[in-house]
Amino acid sequence: MGGLQKKKYERGSATNYITRNKARKKLSLSLPDFRRLCILKGIYPHEPKHKKKVNKGSTAARTFYLLKDIRFLLHEPIVGKFRDYKVFVRKLKRAYGKTEWSAVERLKENKPTYKLDHIIKERYPSFIDALRDIDDALCMCFLFSTFARTGKCHVQTIQLCRRLTVEWMNFVIASRGLRKVFISIKGIYYQAEAMGQLITWLVPYQFSHDHPTDVDYRVMATFTEMYTTLLGFVNFRLYHSLNLLYPPKLDSKSETELKEEDEEDYAMNSESYLEKLSALSASLARVVSSAEEEEAELDQFPTEGEDMEKMETREKEEKVLEAQKKLFHGLKFFLNREAPRESLAFVIRCFGGEVSWDKSVCIGSTYDMTDETITHQIVDRPSIDKQHINRYYIQPQWVYDCVNAKILLPVEDYFLGVTLPPHLSPFVEEKDGDYVPPEKLKIMALQRGEKPAQEQEDEEEEEDEEEEEGEDEEEEEDDDNEEEDDDDEEKAEETNLKKMEKQRSQGKSLQVKVTPGKMKVEDKTRLDQEEQAEEKRLAIMMMKKKEKYLYDKIMFGKKRKVREANKLAAKRKAHDDAEKSKKKTRK
Amino acid sequence: MEESSSGNTRRSEEMKKVRQKTVKKRSKEEEEEEQDEIFNFNKKPAEEEEDEDLSDSEDSVYSGLEDSGSDSDDDKEEEEGDEEGSNDDKEEEDGLKFEPKQTKQVEREEEEEGGEREEEKKENEYERDSSDEEDIRNTVGNIPMEWYKDFPHIGYDLDGKKIYKPIRNKDELDDFLDKMENPDYWRTVHDKQTGSDIVLSDEQVELVNRLQRGQFGDINFNEHQPQVEFFSSDLMIHPVTNRPEHKRSFIPSLVEKEKVSKLVHAIKMGWIKPRRQDDDSRGRYYDLWASEDASILAKHRMHLPAPKTPLPGHHESYNPPPEYLFTDEERALWEQQDPSDRKFPFVPRKFSSLRQVPAFSRFIHERFERCLDLYLCPRQRKMRVNVNPEDLIPKLPKPKDLQPFPTTQSLVYRGHSALVRSISVSPSGQWLASGSDDGSVRFWEVCSSRCMKTVQVGGAVKSVAWNPNPSVCLLAVALDCLVLILSPSLADRQVVSSSERLLAGHQEAEPTEGQGAVTWIEGEGEELNQGIRLKIQHPKAVHQVVWHAKGDYLASVMPDHSSHLQVFIHQVSRRRSQNPFRKNKGLVQCVSFHPVRPYFFVATQRSVRIYNLVKQEMTKKLQANSKWISSIAVHPGGDHVICGSYDCRLSWFDLDLSTKPYKMLRHHKRAVRGVAYHRHYPLFASASDDGSVIVCHGTVYNDLLQNPLIVPVKVLRGHVITHDLGVLDVTFHPSQPWIFSSGADATIRLFT
Repeated sequence: MGGLQKKKYERGSATNYITRNKARKKLSLSLPDFRRLCILKGIYPHEPKHKKKVNKGSTAARTFYLLKDIRFLLHEPIVGKFRDYKVFVRKLKRAYGKTEWSAVERLKENKPTYKLDHIIKERYPSFIDALRDIDDALCMCFLFSTFARTGKCHVQTIQLCRRLTVEWMNFVIASRGLRKVFISIKGIYYQAEAMGQLITWLVPYQFSHDHPTDVDYRVMATFTEMYTTLLGFVNFRLYHSLNLLYPPKLDSKSETELKEEDEEDYAMNSESYLEKLSALSASLARVVSSAEEEEAELDQFPTEGEDMEKMETREKEEKVLEAQKKLFHGLKFFLNREAPRESLAFVIRCFGGEVSWDKSVCIGSTYDMTDETITHQIVDRPSIDKQHINRYYIQPQWVYDCVNAKILLPVEDYFLGVTLPPHLSPFVEEKDGDYVPPEKLKIMALQRGEKPAQEQEDEEEEEDEEEEEGEDEEEEEDDDNEEEDDDDEEKAEETNLKKMEKQRSQGKSLQVKVTPGKMKVEDKTRLDQEEQAEEKRLAIMMMKKKEKYLYDKIMFGKKRKVREANKLAAKRKAHDDAEKSKKKTRK
Repeated sequence: MEESSSGNTRRSEEMKKVRQKTVKKRSKEEEEEEQDEIFNFNKKPAEEEEDEDLSDSEDSVYSGLEDSGSDSDDDKEEEEGDEEGSNDDKEEEDGLKFEPKQTKQVEREEEEEGGEREEEKKENEYERDSSDEEDIRNTVGNIPMEWYKDFPHIGYDLDGKKIYKPIRNKDELDDFLDKMENPDYWRTVHDKQTGSDIVLSDEQVELVNRLQRGQFGDINFNEHQPQVEFFSSDLMIHPVTNRPEHKRSFIPSLVEKEKVSKLVHAIKMGWIKPRRQDDDSRGRYYDLWASEDASILAKHRMHLPAPKTPLPGHHESYNPPPEYLFTDEERALWEQQDPSDRKFPFVPRKFSSLRQVPAFSRFIHERFERCLDLYLCPRQRKMRVNVNPEDLIPKLPKPKDLQPFPTTQSLVYRGHSALVRSISVSPSGQWLASGSDDGSVRFWEVCSSRCMKTVQVGGAVKSVAWNPNPSVCLLAVALDCLVLILSPSLADRQVVSSSERLLAGHQEAEPTEGQGAVTWIEGEGEELNQGIRLKIQHPKAVHQVVWHAKGDYLASVMPDHSSHLQVFIHQVSRRRSQNPFRKNKGLVQCVSFHPVRPYFFVATQRSVRIYNLVKQEMTKKLQANSKWISSIAVHPGGDHVICGSYDCRLSWFDLDLSTKPYKMLRHHKRAVRGVAYHRHYPLFASASDDGSVIVCHGTVYNDLLQNPLIVPVKVLRGHVITHDLGVLDVTFHPSQPWIFSSGADATIRLFT
């Protein structure tokens, strides 16, 4: 029976994927345009399961896109805009070449533009999807808003980014959504909660950028284009969810206050509006001026058993959250000029504190340094000349640490010139077995409401540490040394026997000695443990090859974790010892 | 002075050019003015000259410059240097260029006002001077004066008499002194044409200054006179000109028509688009998700959202706890590592305060890399195995429930001086025989670990095997090319005598047929005393001896690649030997008899062959799936076989099931040297070079459908690894759940 020979690679996975070059040709786009399209539409390569099959038998390294994705791109209206733009550039060049200035002008007036609204809608069909993906957008916009206006990208882009980020920060303040802050060496991480989504973003420190040469700014600009659109729509929606006006308007009361003060110092009203917004010191205007936010209380449902417990824990969490939101309520801060104003103002305002700064630092300061009601002044210099009596002079880390600990920490550790306690990452959640730095334990104790004396605490800590270490070591021993233990016993016996035998063989007169027998105290639990461990070991021997491999891998990972934790603990101990000895020598 | 003079000449040349140009244009009135310029030398009052300036034109200004400029330069600028002078000249020219416009206007006005007056003026001017009277005293004309350099005179006066050069013997020094002492030096000008020095008056100096500043020479001249509009918004009664309108102005332009029609055509054809209404919607945001419809959601395919960037740990803090900072070694390691291998892309650092934290230099890089990841990185859904490792461990019956089995080492038999290669237990379970490399065979009492007897056989003993027949007491020993049959006489008399009988029985039978390869030799003399009854001489070195269960047959193995002569089966009672195989099927490692049926197991390197001795054929070939089989043991039931191999494995064969191993056990870390089954208990053991003996429980069910249950129950350690060799042989006690093992450390151990 004949029949047509089935050709290879004409069905199955080979037809589901397409290489990048083929995709490009299919869309008849240049590589930069294709790249732009992929970025805007969120198309990414896929890794096929059987690469060789998809690659038609070749093993060359290629990137594959899903054919469906590429077909999906075919109908994108923006592709037409790209082509229009290409034509426009060609015409413009021609007009320049012919020095037809009127034509140049006419062409420039009709420069093709495109909108990304439909793409955003398509990529994020629901608002929650968009919120989930806003992390990168925020990071990028915050980065671009710090760029100098020197031609790395369009000035409008920078301004837009700045505007959007300021709007975002104002929203977070208005919603009291900030949860965690972390000062890293890269920048400041913030984590906020909006509509139940945790959103993390990173803001670089306020320095001019040393623009690297090996970075393609076109790619970044394309991403930013998309992200600004996305962020704008998200902001709009978020503002409306809080009944705030969008574009944001300052509260009429605060606006008048600001006006009175700053009208003389700043030139243009239109320009200074964004500045005023970015000062983050005034609250925003609402559509419906609500006098008091009615606090939604959790409805009580009659529940039983586990649900009750769950409900209780949830209520507890809710309480903690509410307390955190009002962390700085009633506190009045003043920022010295060397402290990072924007970050601190943002954080303090997010937790209900009042904040001001020197008038010459930025627009929007609400009270002076001489104000008697100021409770905390944030200073980032070793000492300050003139100190007011009724306020604390603290370093900026206090604010961040308080936010992360969700309580007001004692200010003594953060006074001027004091060596600061380490700043810990709030994003690390230690599971049992992980290394927990002692500072974290301290904070946890404070959170629980314990307030032991300083020294006592120290001692406790040390004990804790030791215990931990002991445990760790034991564990390891359990794993590794049990066999050896057995061996040791046997060896001892053997040596005894050997001795006996030697004696027997050497001197015929055996030195017989009767010694009172010793009770061997058998630790039952230990014996049990040993037995169990041996059982386990024997069972492991009977594992199948595949499972054994997996098991070994898991165990290797676990052991590595333990090792790392031990290493950290050992390092800490060495450090503490060194510190102690230093102290002693000083004394 | 020479320099200055050359400068002067150059300037004068320039002036000449200018003048030549101007001459062409020059009208009479202007000429007349030039004459007036002579005021310098005539020392006319300045006012007079200013009057003329009122009506001056461009050329008059030029000429005025020419004279006054050249004169003033002589003293003032020359001192400072030539360059400046030339600059000044330029300035002057610039300053002067803008003047003509104004003057022209003035001219026009004058024209308008009335031609009459002008004419009058002209007439007057003609009366007064002529162009020839430029310089009254010297008549040489406008020539370079250095032409007269070598003459005593510098020209001629009006009367034609020579004008002699003034006696002028001033040298540099005089000049200098003059400069120092004469207060009027700065305003002294050298007149080349007359060769005399002229001291400028205050008015003249002022004029020079004004001209240099680009102002009008006349102080009283008002530059900013109110302008009278010629074309004004006021409707005049009279037309500006009386000229009739040209015809062109009534006919529409053809050129324009052409242009317009072109544009119209272009618009019609759509080549030119009307200016687009700039819609402001681009930067405008609205509620995009006002109507959320699931239709798009469903349309869009298998979307894998990009993974979020991992959150920072304590390491990244600007002020981390001290244990998170790098030590020197860690830092060196970090620097050595490839950037892709590093655990962190940064070095943890500690700053004492927030203000000291610098910008992160790789910030843009990292963001860019994230961008690249987002659009270039292939995404794949990877299933992460989330298993509890405890669940992976198979659930086996507890060893406690599978007792009895040997658990502890109870006795050590010492006496050998070299590694003990082989051990064997008497069928009664009372005696233990061991063969060692020190050339001795020792007999031990099992319970007391006493060495009852030592037989020196004179060669490294490879294998010992106790006759399994309980009614006889014989031991087969393999060394070199010999197989010895020993009668240790370690039993009751009856047994000893029966074994004697067995050995003696052959004599009644016919003498051995000349097999050639094997010779049976009787033990003699001293050997007899030691108990060596028989010696079976083999052609090659013997490695193993095995008894048949009945105790009459004995198999010996001489591994050899090249010949079929590898295995002999001896019958002791008849002193017969035979080679069962005609062909070489591979290097024979060890052999074994089936405990009940007439089967014979031959283990070659990779497989085990089972021969039916009655039918004289191979019944089965078992694939061991290992590289090199070291030992073999047959289950007392006869349906199961275990094979130990040098590649650390133990394979269990179920003969009814398949020729492939039912189970492979990789318990040992090193080569397996010996395996053994217990005769009664469901136990088997393996001995390995890693110094351990692993005892396993292996229940065999009578039900064919049920697979044997194999559970490792105990790992026995005790032997010391010497020369990379651990435990060499292992054997069970025939009746008790005890196990003996012999090791390379010259000991034998009993585990109970």
